[in-house]
Amino acid sequence: MSKATEPNTESEGVIESVSGPVVTAVDLEAPMNDVVYVGHEGLMGEVIEIEGNVTTIQVYEETSGVSPGEPVESTGAPLSVDLGPGMLDSIYDGVQRPLDELQEKMDSAFLDRGVDAPGIDLEATWEFTPTVEVGDAVGNTDIVGTVPETESIDHKVMVPPDSLPEGETAEITAVESGRFTVEETVAELETGDEIQMRQQWPVRQARPTVDKQTPTEPLTSGQRILDGLFPLAKGGTAAIPGPFGSGKTVAQQSLAKFADADIVVYIGCGERGNEMTEVIDDFPELPDPQTGNALMARTCLIANTSNMPVAARESCVYTGITIAEFYRDMGYDVALMADSTSRWAEAMREISSRLEEMPGEEGYPAYLAARLSEFYERAGYFENINGTEGSVSVIGAVSPPGGDFSEPVTQNTLRIVKTFWALDSDLAERRHFPAINWNESYSLYRDQLDPWFVENVAENWPEQRQWAIDVLDEEAELQEIVQLVGKDALPEDQQLTLEVARFLKEAWLQQNALDDVDQDCPPWKTHQILGVIKSFHDEAFDALDAGVPVDEITGIDAVPRLNRTGTVPDDEASAFIEELETDITEQLRSLY
Amino acid sequence: MKEYKTITEISGPLVFVETDEPIGYDELVEIETPNGETRRGQVLDSSSDHVAIQTFEGTSGIDRNSSVRFLGETMKMPVTEDLLGRVLDGSGDPIDDGPEIVPEERRDIVGAAINPYAREYPEEFIQTGISAIDGMNTLVRGQKLPIFSGSGLPHNDIALQIARQATVPEESDDGDEDSEFAVIFGAMGITAEEANEFMDDFERTGALERSVVFMNLADDPAVERTVTPRLALTTAEYLAFDKGYQVLVILTDMTNYCEALREIGAAREEVPGRRGYPGYMYTDLASLYERAGRIKGLKGSVTQIPILTMPSDDITHPIPDLTGYITEGQIMVDRDLNSQGIQPPVDVLPSLSRLMDDGIGEGLTRADHGDVADQLFAAYAEGEDLRDLVNIVGREALSDRDNRFLDFADRFEETFIQQGYGTDRDIEDTLSAGWELLSMLPTEELNRVDEEFIEQYYHEDGERVEATADD
Ligand SMILES: Nc1ncnc2c1ncn2[C@@H]1O[C@H](COP(=O)(O)OP(=O)(O)OP(=O)(O)O)[C@@H](O)[C@H]1O
Ligand SMILES: [Mg+2]
Repeated sequence: MSKATEPNTESEGVIESVSGPVVTAVDLEAPMNDVVYVGHEGLMGEVIEIEGNVTTIQVYEETSGVSPGEPVESTGAPLSVDLGPGMLDSIYDGVQRPLDELQEKMDSAFLDRGVDAPGIDLEATWEFTPTVEVGDAVGNTDIVGTVPETESIDHKVMVPPDSLPEGETAEITAVESGRFTVEETVAELETGDEIQMRQQWPVRQARPTVDKQTPTEPLTSGQRILDGLFPLAKGGTAAIPGPFGSGKTVAQQSLAKFADADIVVYIGCGERGNEMTEVIDDFPELPDPQTGNALMARTCLIANTSNMPVAARESCVYTGITIAEFYRDMGYDVALMADSTSRWAEAMREISSRLEEMPGEEGYPAYLAARLSEFYERAGYFENINGTEGSVSVIGAVSPPGGDFSEPVTQNTLRIVKTFWALDSDLAERRHFPAINWNESYSLYRDQLDPWFVENVAENWPEQRQWAIDVLDEEAELQEIVQLVGKDALPEDQQLTLEVARFLKEAWLQQNALDDVDQDCPPWKTHQILGVIKSFHDEAFDALDAGVPVDEITGIDAVPRLNRTGTVPDDEASAFIEELETDITEQLRSLY
Repeated sequence: MKEYKTITEISGPLVFVETDEPIGYDELVEIETPNGETRRGQVLDSSSDHVAIQTFEGTSGIDRNSSVRFLGETMKMPVTEDLLGRVLDGSGDPIDDGPEIVPEERRDIVGAAINPYAREYPEEFIQTGISAIDGMNTLVRGQKLPIFSGSGLPHNDIALQIARQATVPEESDDGDEDSEFAVIFGAMGITAEEANEFMDDFERTGALERSVVFMNLADDPAVERTVTPRLALTTAEYLAFDKGYQVLVILTDMTNYCEALREIGAAREEVPGRRGYPGYMYTDLASLYERAGRIKGLKGSVTQIPILTMPSDDITHPIPDLTGYITEGQIMVDRDLNSQGIQPPVDVLPSLSRLMDDGIGEGLTRADHGDVADQLFAAYAEGEDLRDLVNIVGREALSDRDNRFLDFADRFEETFIQQGYGTDRDIEDTLSAGWELLSMLPTEELNRVDEEFIEQYYHEDGERVEATADD
């Protein structure tokens, strides 16, 4: 939504009061959630409360200097996003204004006020190839043609979801191939509806679908501990809570880089500017593991950093998920990362307190839980109206105050999401990364995804995973004893278990996001690395039974190579692991 | 300019006034007390017929007959390069008897946000001359790296040492005048004694020449503390992005700043967030800390070292907690190390510079830097872990290997962390101090260091040369 594309304002009111991002106006005739322009500078805002003649507005820009008495104009349209080709490879603020464009228009590195720009370029032309012919019957969201949006993604031009009465179709009366701007008509329906590449959709409303289905395919992540122990499904939901510095952002960025999604929507919600810059700098350079093209070609970035207006922080998650749904409607698997949902919740809290609403737990508004679940409900594996299937997976970072998970945002999120990746400050301080606590984390998708892993990766995937879980459980118990008496007081077999657990942690669970190779580990490699640790375990216990002391077992030449498997490039990894396995067997057997 | 004598209510730092014309949000206000004093303030809430004003200097002496003038603009900082070498109070007025400041420009102190698209990613090393920082928690230009301390700990000495020693290595190499260093010092609620220490040190070492000092003292008005860092950062942005300086901003003590926020929140009868601090404290702190950075195409940079004292040494307290959620790492000052006499008492284990990795290595510091830091960290962590166990089972019960790591941890604190506030170690010195320590361990234990570096720098049981330390 932007002023640039909505020149007509419908009603005018007058500012009555200003308090930070919240402004009240009188005599404004605008419905709830309508976009309005506030003051002489025309700052963008949204109606969030109406009481008698007084309309309350949250303003998406700084309000200092704005006075009562200044005008407010209504646009007659709810807060919406522009949907169409050009969203990929873009970076937006929380209300979908392209940041590169803003820089140019403001002629400054700093964000000025009252400047607007459309979410998608209105001048650019795109090569449209129809997939329907005159006379074909089409319904809502049916695809009428494609546009090569980026080197990776074909953009599908769809009939807007609210064009026709539900379930009805209409005949195409005209359709043309060629280069068009997003506002030019590319097809016409017998109803007189004209179809352009650009459509708009109100952000606070989910785009319609036929049906949500049970996800059965993993969203593989390139992260051993995630795929291996706590997998996420395509269409699934996950939360990553953790104290500051525990690795939420690194995890989100790793997923954005290596998850096997077609499209990634990455939302920096109330976080650091430099982190967004890192993404802006890196993503055009990095290859998409799916296609080999630049990662940016499948990515849409939304950056409303902590120092940008708080109302636009509140809206940025909606802007993001609406864009995600649009690509889902085209039949794509979309992954959305929101870093951090706590900042979104805090924006709600801030605005709610300006409205003097009755506060709920810890000052958050009573509707916090409802908003969170509405948002995560927009994730899922869907059958779309146009017959395609697509998914939106949502991964939300949570930043609990003091790292205490009992606070409202973490708790309300955990009630909704099905995957929980608990980050742990102890692990982070030990530089055990990713600092995901394997005892606390869970994935409720594990069982339903097993058939996929069995079929596509390895038949013994579930058994091998169970073995790892058992060893880690045993280790946790043993560590309690070690704390009291030291390791050397344990019997030899338990000492050996501790050693195996150490390899599991160092060679398998830990993964260095800064290493060019280790940062991405495909599922087959995840499985093979675990496999070689397990064969070390089996052979080592045979050796122990035959009377070989533990330090001789762990002292074999081959052992240090275990910790290096993650950094062996993919095309050499199988051979490396196979040779390592042979060496381990030979060396251990030679000890007895 | 219209004068109002329509004050309806005075409460804590707030004054409520009836008005008959629209007043802008955030607008600056002057209140004249009956005995002729002028107080300044800012509009917090504005509606068509009344406003709430937050006074900077407190409300004592203001009564209902005081006259109120709205200045029609938001608060500005007069900026010029001539500010270098000057000492100002917490509201930006000179207190050093120097010449009048002729501003080149007056800038809004609520800085606009840097467009994330315009930022340049920070990756240029700043040498502080402190091994615990340079070696293991490297600071880079444009970073915000706070010092988390506790009351009674020597964070001020560390801050001063950094202010004195900080250099951009290039500066010395090619004498590039464009990467001149400037220090902006923003003090909030520090004691007169601390202020004197700072000023003496600044003057004695000549650091003042390249500094601008803003002083809000403990007995200055608390509300003024919410303005001081903004004045400091506005000056910093001007020097960095208009004049090309590498600016280091030291803000101390952020805890006092947050207390002031809490006070205003309470006076406004806001719904408090955690432990009585305002619900918007994260956003407010971010509006300061995010003013660190670099901008594409511009020479200068704003680097921030905010200092805060953690109430009861509790890192989960909202002040350090919200700070840690915004900044790019933290330097932890440790009470135990301090009582052992280690100077500076920095605990590297919970410390972290998140931007370190991109700022070190070949061409930036030295090729082995990353490996050395990792290995020192791992070995010290292992030794530190064993200390707990040793208390239970005694040293004799531990293996030779374990004893070696225990020794390592002691030596690490005594020679690497310990250096004294007067010693400036360049990065070469720091890395050699690191290799001295690593050479205490057998090469098989150096699993985080590349073979090539071991060959180059490891010395077999070499003489244990002490790293430079001034005591
Ligand atoms: N997988 C990893 N590999 C290597 N280093 C990591 C990894 N994960 C995290 N780190 C380290 O931890 C630091 C902090 O991580 P990150 O920025 O993701 O924390 P965060 O949880 O997002 O913190 P905040 O809440 O403050 O944003 C990183 O700068 C990096 O040094
Ligand atoms: Mg983060």
